Amino acid sequence: MQPILELDAVTKSFGGLRVTSGVSFSIEKGSISAIIGPNGAGKTTLFNQITGYLNPDHGRIVFEGEDITRLSTREIVARGMGRAFQVTSFFPEETVLDNIRVACLSRLNMTRKTMKSVSEFTDATDKAFSILESLGLDKQADRQAFELAHGDQKLLDIGIALGLEPKMLLLDEPTSGMSPEERLLTRNLIQKLWKEFNLTLLFIEHDMDTVFGIAQTVRVLQMGRLLAEGSPEEIRRNPEVITAYLGEEVL
Amino acid sequence: MKHRHRIKEVGFWALFFLVFGLIPVFAKSEYHLVLANHILIWGMFAMAFNMLFGVTGMLSFGQALYYGLGAYWVGLMVKTFGEAWFLPAIGFGVLSAVLLSMLIGLLVIRVSGVYFTVLTLAFGQLAWQITFKWYHFTGGDDGIQGIMAPGILGNHIVYYCFTLLLVAVSIWILRRLVNSPLGLTLRCIRQNPDRVRFLGRRVRRNQLRIYVISSSFAALAGGLMSGVNNSIHPDMFYWTTSGEVILMGVIGGIGQFFGPFIGAAVIIIIQDVVGARTEYWSLIIGLVMMTMVLLLPRGLVGEIQAFMARFKSGAGNRG
Repeated sequence: MQPILELDAVTKSFGGLRVTSGVSFSIEKGSISAIIGPNGAGKTTLFNQITGYLNPDHGRIVFEGEDITRLSTREIVARGMGRAFQVTSFFPEETVLDNIRVACLSRLNMTRKTMKSVSEFTDATDKAFSILESLGLDKQADRQAFELAHGDQKLLDIGIALGLEPKMLLLDEPTSGMSPEERLLTRNLIQKLWKEFNLTLLFIEHDMDTVFGIAQTVRVLQMGRLLAEGSPEEIRRNPEVITAYLGEEVL
Repeated sequence: MKHRHRIKEVGFWALFFLVFGLIPVFAKSEYHLVLANHILIWGMFAMAFNMLFGVTGMLSFGQALYYGLGAYWVGLMVKTFGEAWFLPAIGFGVLSAVLLSMLIGLLVIRVSGVYFTVLTLAFGQLAWQITFKWYHFTGGDDGIQGIMAPGILGNHIVYYCFTLLLVAVSIWILRRLVNSPLGLTLRCIRQNPDRVRFLGRRVRRNQLRIYVISSSFAALAGGLMSGVNNSIHPDMFYWTTSGEVILMGVIGGIGQFFGPFIGAAVIIIIQDVVGARTEYWSLIIGLVMMTMVLLLPRGLVGEIQAFMARFKSGAGNRG
């Protein structure tokens, strides 16, 4: 197994509250895995530390063999870490196309260019269109992003991350706020994107059908600690996980 | 969509050159030429300011600093070394604005929102105080009179054409900028700075870039203005000057590229028409401002655009 991301005893406190408590795991390159856990377990805080939005108090985060624990978000993103957000994050007044095109331009290091129109950057534009097609948003390319339905905005958020051609992508509750039908579509889409873009994918999710449907490995966080880690089958049968989070009905 | 943009673009330039090109032909007096010159220069100044405010979301209350800087370079060099230094002085003004805005920018972009606004205001007022108090060098309250452009530029019509050309080129550059990757990045910074960091971009660095660009156009406006009025005064540094470009932006519409230019024209024409009849013209500006903010918050150009969009979609639904 070749790890792409390794966490070693990552610890973070907000005042007296330990939100991440000695979390260690490692993620195989090219894998797709999930983090589950009750609200307040520290899932998003963990993502914030991996992406340099927060600095851990102790511990180490290693990405592709390089220590990124103290690097800034910008530097971590530049090394190939992408992220989509729990509270959908995009550029509401820009067109759907430009939302993704700005990411493609950033990836090509072109955002400083001042005298040529964005549409003249054909590499970035073509790339943005191909991402829109993968997401099924290409027919809405010219609409302003705030006009999109919530589910489509969640996809756009993922699309912005994909524009940066990440090696690893973190998705924070990609199906939250969606109808059961949308969830099913999104689940299939995530699996498709994972293969199509050769990603290592790590996602936080509350929808157990999505988690057990597509994750190869599931990690359970509870009160900042890693409670369990294993295949979906193992997690499903883990008595600790059942009492802490899953309850009886998933069995 | 793209086609409509083209038409709007061509429409603006056609109207721009038609109106401002014909003014020297039809102007009844030199005064009208001066008025048209003011609209051009303030319009360009307001558009450059809007790169900060409307595009990037940075409300600078201190752009008068660079406007005054550009004007005083021209005034002081012409007074000290003679008319021949008029054009180089405009260049030096722009250059020194680039350097100074980089220095001040490094300080002011560290804070955002209202703190940024107050800091820019403080630097502007500092420059005003220095100019006001340093009588021997700047002429203090008296300002500098008798600033003449050299040679053929001394002719009012020629100087008008010179301004028209420089303003047109400036607007064209700003237009390219807005449509460029940097322009898109700046708009994204206004809407969602955190996400821009997750694009791997430095928010502050880009804010500094546009602060420098906007400020250098303010200096160009100041330099050009000194040749229109043939005199300069410390009020060019004063906060009311910074306030006036904000007013122009808001009246014309900060969400629109051409909005601030239209806003500048409206304010200058109101000042002129109302000012000829009553000294209380600022009351009228105040009332217009209140009406705009309460009833037409998107500004003149913004509201017209919104109306057209509604009209078009209504027509589309019927068809």
